Amino acid sequence: MSTTSTTGSVGIIETQSFTFAEDVPLALDSGETLGPITLAYETYGQLNADHSNAILICHALSGHAHAAGFNAPDEKDPGWWDDCIGPSKAFDTNKFFVICSNVIGGCKGSTGPMSINPQTGKPFGLSFPVVTIGDMVRAQTHLIDHLGIDRLLAVAGGSMGGMQVLEWAASYPDRVRAALPIATTARHSPMLIAFDEVGRQSIYADPHWNHGDYYDGPRPNAGLAVARMIGHITYLSEASMHLKFGRRLQERARFGYDFETDFAVEGYLRYKGNRFTERFDANSYLYVTKAMDYFDLSDERGSLIGAFANSQDLIYLVVSFTSDWLYPPYHSKELVSALSAIGADVSYLNIQSTWGHDAFLLEVETMTDLLSSFLDRLMQRFEIGVSR
Amino acid sequence: MSRSHLRADLGVIADLIQPQEKVLDLGCGDGSLLRHLIDTKRIVGRGVELAEPKVLACVRNGVSVRQGDLHEELRDYPEHSFDTVILSYGLPYLNDPAFIVSNMLRVGRRAIVSFPNWGHWRCRLGLLVTGRMPTAPGDPQAWDEPPRARGMTIADFRSFCAAHNVRVTTATFLQGAQRVPDRFDTNLRATWAVFELR
Repeated sequence: MSTTSTTGSVGIIETQSFTFAEDVPLALDSGETLGPITLAYETYGQLNADHSNAILICHALSGHAHAAGFNAPDEKDPGWWDDCIGPSKAFDTNKFFVICSNVIGGCKGSTGPMSINPQTGKPFGLSFPVVTIGDMVRAQTHLIDHLGIDRLLAVAGGSMGGMQVLEWAASYPDRVRAALPIATTARHSPMLIAFDEVGRQSIYADPHWNHGDYYDGPRPNAGLAVARMIGHITYLSEASMHLKFGRRLQERARFGYDFETDFAVEGYLRYKGNRFTERFDANSYLYVTKAMDYFDLSDERGSLIGAFANSQDLIYLVVSFTSDWLYPPYHSKELVSALSAIGADVSYLNIQSTWGHDAFLLEVETMTDLLSSFLDRLMQRFEIGVSR
Repeated sequence: MSRSHLRADLGVIADLIQPQEKVLDLGCGDGSLLRHLIDTKRIVGRGVELAEPKVLACVRNGVSVRQGDLHEELRDYPEHSFDTVILSYGLPYLNDPAFIVSNMLRVGRRAIVSFPNWGHWRCRLGLLVTGRMPTAPGDPQAWDEPPRARGMTIADFRSFCAAHNVRVTTATFLQGAQRVPDRFDTNLRATWAVFELR
């Protein structure tokens, strides 16, 4: 499944940061403003002479700017999409200048609820304005300006990253040539909102949460861990849980008849939940899930055609996975139908997979085949030169 | 890809396409025909294909392709949004050929279909002499191999067109790779047929 090897690695990468909106704050969809704003980002590969080979990678809910390579020589795991970003990989850094930026509202180097509010000198907490996918993308346009890129060759991402891709396509069609929304939706469904709300409720219920004001005390880790456990269940599928865990017991030969960890699947969720609290901020979890819940590109009649009315000249590659019940294939099909109706050049594949929503990170072989072929076509179509 | 690599009926279809047309190919396989038309006639091509490996092959061929079932996907396209809608060797495999053909003519200014002719004398003689169901000319697919096909003849298709008010504007008949003129005995002699419909 995984093809990670040091031969195809971008190597040691330093996360960079860009600060803007220092004088004029960014206007947000909520009506509030935010500034200054810092975005953490990483880049891989070389920008070519006419700045036409840039690809923006957008990350999912718990992601960050560190998408490929290693931040330090002794780092254990590479970036979150290292399987697909690097020399001779799907996003081939010998050909493309690949950018990945952390979203606003996040907690991995970009401005978010954990950041210091310049007005008070204390962390924002819940005084941080609510942001949307549209706001995240609007902030990214400033980073793209800063990098000297007028038009991205492509924007790509899975899950919440795919929502940013669709937002780019719908709102900035003249700044991007191709859009690759993967395992995503153009409209967050009530089921998705429901799962997000349970995650948020578990954070609110943690006594350490203290209405978001916890930065100088113990953190609401128990609540955040439960939220993450719920998330992990939705990223798997029943079949993948059977394969991964079955009814296997965790470090014991028979049932304990107690409330310690009996089953392997319980151990997995507890481990994942606890690990998450070491690297993610509970308030960011609230803000970023809220941004996803607000995401809806359809009009009052439920049609997506209007949102893409000026985006018919983009080239699209839509990808879904058969066992993804969080963002089921029919969400992608609905998008493909709308794009077909406006005459856009849209390719669509529903990849056979048992891995549920996580498949977009795991089906590396098919994804590499699909993405690299599609990107090669873009290179030919737009006569993209490689700087070497 | 040079024309000689294309199946004979696809060569006939390619000759019917004008430069820079907008073409929709239903059941486009690995995208060979669309690739050929893009390279030789600078068409704008779109394909629809059901099988994942073929969809991947299309993307490798640099062709725009949607995975899906024709009965669903055709509904999405607005009226006359394509110059030509192609269905090569698809008719025997369809659940509802009348729905597909009428939608091809809604979506396209014209439709082109091709199919093997089970009315060929070898098919007829084979059934008479051996008592076994004939396979399609040039395609040894057995009756029980998926996907299941329902055999059809040129005469069947002509009466289908008449029944559904579909106008045949061009008809080309093949014997193997050779074109043969339309005569009273075409349904006996032709192994394949290509119809342009409006």
